[in-house]
Amino acid sequence: MAAGETTISSHIQHHLTNAKMCSVNGETVFNKACSESGFWVLHIDTLAWSIGLGILFLWLFRIAAVKASKDTLAVPGKFQCFVEMLIEFIDSNVKSTFQGRSKLIAPLALTIFVWVFLMNLMDLVPVDILPALAGWIGATFFGMEAKDVYMKVVPTTDINTTVSLALGVFLLMIGYSIKIKGVVGFIKELTLHPFNTKIVWLQILLVPFNLLLEVLALITKPFSLALRLYGNLYAGEMIFILIGIIGLFQLPLHFIWAVFHILVIVLQAFVFMMLTIVYLSMASADNH
Amino acid sequence: MNLTLTIIGQMIAFAAFVLFCMKFVWPPLMNAIEARQQKIADGLAATDRAEKDLELAQDKAKDQLKDAKAQAAEIIEQAKKREAKMLDEAIAKANAERDHILSQAKAELEAEGNRLREDLRKQVAALAVAGAERILRRSIDEAAHSDILEKLVQEL
Repeated sequence: MAAGETTISSHIQHHLTNAKMCSVNGETVFNKACSESGFWVLHIDTLAWSIGLGILFLWLFRIAAVKASKDTLAVPGKFQCFVEMLIEFIDSNVKSTFQGRSKLIAPLALTIFVWVFLMNLMDLVPVDILPALAGWIGATFFGMEAKDVYMKVVPTTDINTTVSLALGVFLLMIGYSIKIKGVVGFIKELTLHPFNTKIVWLQILLVPFNLLLEVLALITKPFSLALRLYGNLYAGEMIFILIGIIGLFQLPLHFIWAVFHILVIVLQAFVFMMLTIVYLSMASADNH
Repeated sequence: MNLTLTIIGQMIAFAAFVLFCMKFVWPPLMNAIEARQQKIADGLAATDRAEKDLELAQDKAKDQLKDAKAQAAEIIEQAKKREAKMLDEAIAKANAERDHILSQAKAELEAEGNRLREDLRKQVAALAVAGAERILRRSIDEAAHSDILEKLVQEL
C-alpha cells in the first residue's frame, strides 16, 4: 500500500472509526451526519458484533446445557466436556476467591470471561478483511462510497463496551455492598475508614478526608477495569493496523504479533473476570 | 475515545446475557456436573464395597473348599473300607461256590466211573460167556465127554 502520508493517516483513521447511527431532526442518519450529536450516537458495528458474539456464546452453551440436562448421567460429548471444563475452571476460581455464596457471581464470571474472550478474538481476524468486505457490500448494494462505510470489528477496542461492562460490575459492587452491609453500613464504610478514632470531634474532621479516599478507591476499580481492557485491545489493534500498511513484510510480523496477541486476549478476558470476582468479593465482605 | 449512547445499549445486552446465563446455562450444566460427580463417587464407593465383598467371598470359598476336601476324603475312606469288605465277602462266596461245584463234579465223576465199570463188567461177563460157549461148542467131544454128560444127565 504505497501511498502518501495523508492516505496512510486516513486509512488508520478509517480503521479506528465506528459506524455510527443517530437521530437528527427526527430522521435516522449515519456516520458523518452524526458528528454533531455528541452523546446520542449508537455505534452500530460495536453493538452488532458484541451482541452477535454474546448470542453465539449463549447459543453454544445453551446447546450444551440442554444436552446435559436431558440426561445428566449420559456420557458427555467433546464439546460438552469442553464447556463443563470451562465451567469447573470458573467455578473453582469463584469458590476460591468469593467468600459467601451467590447464584449470580459464577454465571456473571462465565459470561464476562467468554464474552470478552470472543470479542477480543475478533482482533485476530486480519484487520483489513472485514472493513473491506463491509465497504464492498456498502458500495455494491447500498450505493455508498466504500470509504464512507465504517466497520470496527473488535467491540473491546470501543471504550463504550469496556465502560459498559465496568459500569455493570460497578453497579453490582454497590448493590452487594448495600445488600450485605445495609445503607448505613455502606456509608460508614465510606466515611469511617481508613482513619478511625474514638475521639468524636477528630473523627468528624477526618470524615471528609476518608470520604475522598474511599470514593476514589471505589471509582478507581471500574475505571481500571474499563481502561485496562480498552487500552490493551486498542493498542493491539493499532499495531495490527500499522503492520497491515507496510506491504508484503507484514506477513511474518503479523504472524508474530498474532501469536503474542493470543496470550493477550485470553489474559485480558481472565483478568477482567478475576478482578470482577475480587471486587465483588471485597464489596460483599463485612470487615473492611 | 468518545462515550456515546452505545454504553447503555451494551449494558442492556450485558445484563440480558448475564441473566440468560444465570437462568438457562449455568444451573443445568452445574447440575449435570454435580450429578456426574455423585455418580462417580457412588461408583468408587461401590467398587470399594465390591472389593471387600470379593475378599469375604474368597475367604468363604476357601473354607468351603477345605470342608469339601475333608468330606471327600472321608467319603473315599469309607468307600475303600466298604470295597475291601465287599471284596472279602465275594472271595469267600466264590470259594464256597468253587468247593460246592468241585464236590458235585467229583460225585458225578465217581458215579459215572461206577456205571462204566458195571457196564464193562457186564460186557466182560458176556464176552467170557460167549468165548466159553464157543470153546465149549468146539471141544465137546461126545465120546470123550460122554461120561461127564452122562453124569450130568444122571444128576438132572
